[in-house]
Amino acid sequence: MPTVRSLPEWPGWVAGLFLAVFLTLPMAAVLWHAGGGSAPQPADWAALRFTVLQALISAGVSVALAIPVARALSRRQFRGRALLLGLMGAPFILPVIVAILGLIAVFGRAGWLNQILATLSLPQLQIYGLHGVVLAHVFFNLPLATRMILQGWQAVPAERFRLAASLGMGRSMVFRIIEWPMLRGVAPGAFAVIFAICLSSFAVALVLGGGPRATTLELAIYQAFRFDFDLGRAAMLAGIQLALVALATALALRFGGVVHGLAGGQGRPPLRPEAAQPLLRLWDGALIGLVAAFLLAPLIAVVLRGAPALLALPWPVWKAALVSLSVALAATGLCMGLACALAITALRRTGLELLAIGGLALSPLVVGTGVFLLVNPWANPTALALPVTVVVNAVMALPFALRLILPRLRQIEASQGRLADSLGLQGVARLRWLLWPQLKPALGFAAGLAAALSMGDLGVIALFSDPQHATLPLQVLRLIGAYRTEAAAGAGLLLLMCSFGLFWLFDRGGRHAAA
Amino acid sequence: MLQLDQVRITLGDFTLSANFTLQSGEKLALIGPSGAGKSTLLAAIAGFQPLTSGRILWRDQPLHSQPPAARPVSILFQDNNLFGHLTLAQNLGLGLRPTLRHSAAEQQQIDAALKRVGLAGMGARRPADLSGGQQSRAALARVLLQRRPVLLLDEPFAALGPALRADMLDLVAELTTEAAITLIMVTHAPEDARRLCPLCTLVAEGQAQPPVGTGALIDTPPAALRAYLGSPPAP
Repeated sequence: MPTVRSLPEWPGWVAGLFLAVFLTLPMAAVLWHAGGGSAPQPADWAALRFTVLQALISAGVSVALAIPVARALSRRQFRGRALLLGLMGAPFILPVIVAILGLIAVFGRAGWLNQILATLSLPQLQIYGLHGVVLAHVFFNLPLATRMILQGWQAVPAERFRLAASLGMGRSMVFRIIEWPMLRGVAPGAFAVIFAICLSSFAVALVLGGGPRATTLELAIYQAFRFDFDLGRAAMLAGIQLALVALATALALRFGGVVHGLAGGQGRPPLRPEAAQPLLRLWDGALIGLVAAFLLAPLIAVVLRGAPALLALPWPVWKAALVSLSVALAATGLCMGLACALAITALRRTGLELLAIGGLALSPLVVGTGVFLLVNPWANPTALALPVTVVVNAVMALPFALRLILPRLRQIEASQGRLADSLGLQGVARLRWLLWPQLKPALGFAAGLAAALSMGDLGVIALFSDPQHATLPLQVLRLIGAYRTEAAAGAGLLLLMCSFGLFWLFDRGGRHAAA
Repeated sequence: MLQLDQVRITLGDFTLSANFTLQSGEKLALIGPSGAGKSTLLAAIAGFQPLTSGRILWRDQPLHSQPPAARPVSILFQDNNLFGHLTLAQNLGLGLRPTLRHSAAEQQQIDAALKRVGLAGMGARRPADLSGGQQSRAALARVLLQRRPVLLLDEPFAALGPALRADMLDLVAELTTEAAITLIMVTHAPEDARRLCPLCTLVAEGQAQPPVGTGALIDTPPAALRAYLGSPPAP
C-alpha cells in the first residue's frame, strides 16, 4: 500500500462517478416505471421459473461434469495439455451467436450427431427447448468450471500428494483427505458463478429457447419491448431480473472468486502414484478426449460451413462488421480508460473496486430498457443504439479488466513503490518508467478480452436495432431467422475471426511490447 | 544398507549422478548450493522422482520401481507435513494406517507418540493451533508411528529459529538412534550437519560426492564447498 500519493486520484473518482450514474440511473428509471406498470401475469412467473430452473440445471451439469474432467487434467501429463487448457479459455471470448451456430451444426436437426444417429437407426435429438438452452450453457461454462476447479487441484501443494503416496493412501483415501475438502471449498463458488452467468442468458434463449415453456426473463423483456411495446411490462420484468441477478451476484461474490478461471493452470501436474493404474489412465484419457471433442466440434463446424460462404457475403454483412469493429474499439478504449483510472485510485480506496464489480450484475436488456425510458421523452432512442452499446460493453468488461490489472498494479507498487517514491518518480514519469513497462502484458490481455467481448455482444443492440446500425452478431441472428443458413455460417465465421483476431492482436501487442 | 548404484537423474538440461552406500543407522547430511539437486536426490529415494538410469537398493532389494508407500522410507518436507483440516491425532493415525478410524490400541500408540515428542494430550488440536516447533514435533511423531527404517528430512526445520531448530535436531538424533533409523537430511547450515550427522555429502556440479566425515569436510572444504560456504568467520 503506497503511503505517498504519487499519482492523481481524480480520474478514478470521475470514472467511479460515471460508473455509479450509469449503473443506477437506468435501474432507477426502470424501477420507477415498473411501480406504475402492470402486475406480473402467469406468463411472467413462468419466465422467472424457467430462468431459475435452466440456470440451476446448467450450473449443476457444468460443475458435475467439470469435477471428473478437472481431476483427469490435474493428474495427467500429455502432449497438447497446454493447448487444451488454452482452448478452454476460448469460450469466454467466443461470440454467443457463433457458438449457437456451431452447436446447431453439430447437435441440430440436420447436424452431425443426428446424421450419425440416423445411420444407426437411433432416435433423433432435439436441440430446441430447455435441453438446447442447457446444452449451450454447458458448452460455455464447462470450460470455466473446469478451469476454476482445476485451479483448486493445483492449489493443493504437491507435498500433500507425496505425503499421501508415502503413507500408502489409496484413491478413496486421497479423495476423502485431500480432494473432497478442496472441492467443498471450490465447487460451490463455481456453481454460484455459473448460476449467476446463466440467469442473464438472452441470445441462447432467443435462438434455442422461446415459446411459453422456454422463455427467460431477458427474452421476455425483449419480447415485451419489441413485439408488444408494453413498456410497463418490460420495466416490471426488468425489475424482477434486476433483483434476481443482484441476489445471485452477491451469492457468487460470497462463495467464489469471480474471475478465477481466466488465467493459469499451465504448471506440470504432480506425480500421483495412487492414480497410476492403466484402467484409470484410460478413463481419464477418454474423458479428456470427449471434452476436447465437445469443445472443438462446434468450432470446426463453423469454420467448415462458413468458409465457402465467406467471400460471397452480401454487403450489409461487411458493413455490420465495420460497425462492430468500431463499437468494439470504442468500448475497449472506454473500458481500459475506466479500468486504469479506477485501478490507480483503488490502490488506496478499496471500495472503488466493489463498484466496478457491479458491472457483473448488469443485465444489458435492463440497462437498455432504462436508457430507452430515460431518453424516449426527449429524443429518438434508436439514434443512441450504438453509443449505449459501447458504454454497456465497456462496463460489462470492466470487472474482468480490473481483476487483471489491479493485482499486478498492487504487486508493482508493493515491491517497488517505495523505491520509486524515494527516487521522486511521480505523475507521468511514474506511469512511463515504473508502471507502463510492467503493466503492459496485463493491459494487453485485458484490452483483448474487452474487445472480443464487445465484438461478440448481442444484447442491448437487439432492443434498439434498425437495419442502418446493425452490428455483426445482430446480422448473424437475422440471417439465422431468415433461414439463410449459408450466409449465416459465413457471417458467423467472419465474426469468429474478428473476435479472436482482436483478442490476439491486443494480447500479443501487450506481450510483444514488453519483451 | 542403502545403496545408490550409478544413479542418474536427468531433468531437461539438469543432471545429477550419485553412487554411494550408507550403512543401517548412519546419519548423512546433504549439503550444497540451491538447485544442485539435494531435494531431487531425496525425492528419488522416496519414490517421487523416476531415475534415468541406475538402481537404488535397500538390503540388496531394488527399490527404485516400487511405489512410495512400499518403500522403507518416511519423509518430511519443508512444509505441508500435516493436513490442516485434520486433528493431530488423525494426522498421526495416518502414519499407522491410511484411514481415519483407529482401534483403541492404535489410539494408545498415537497418544504415546505424542507424549514422546512432548505434545501429550494435544491430540484433539489442529495444526493451525500449534506453533511452528510444535507442528514439527507432531510431524516427527507421525514418522515414529510409520516405523520405517529410513528417514528423509528435506529441511523441515528451516523456518524455525536457531534455538528451536537445535532442539528439533536433538530430538531427531534421539529418536533415530533409539529406533536405529538411517537418516538422510538436506541442510543449508553446516552447523546443523555437524550437530546431527557424522557423515556429510557435498551435492554440487551435477554430482553427489561419496560421504565423508562431516567435521573434516567442513573444516577443510574442497573448492566447490568453499565457494558455497564463503570464508569462515574469524575466531
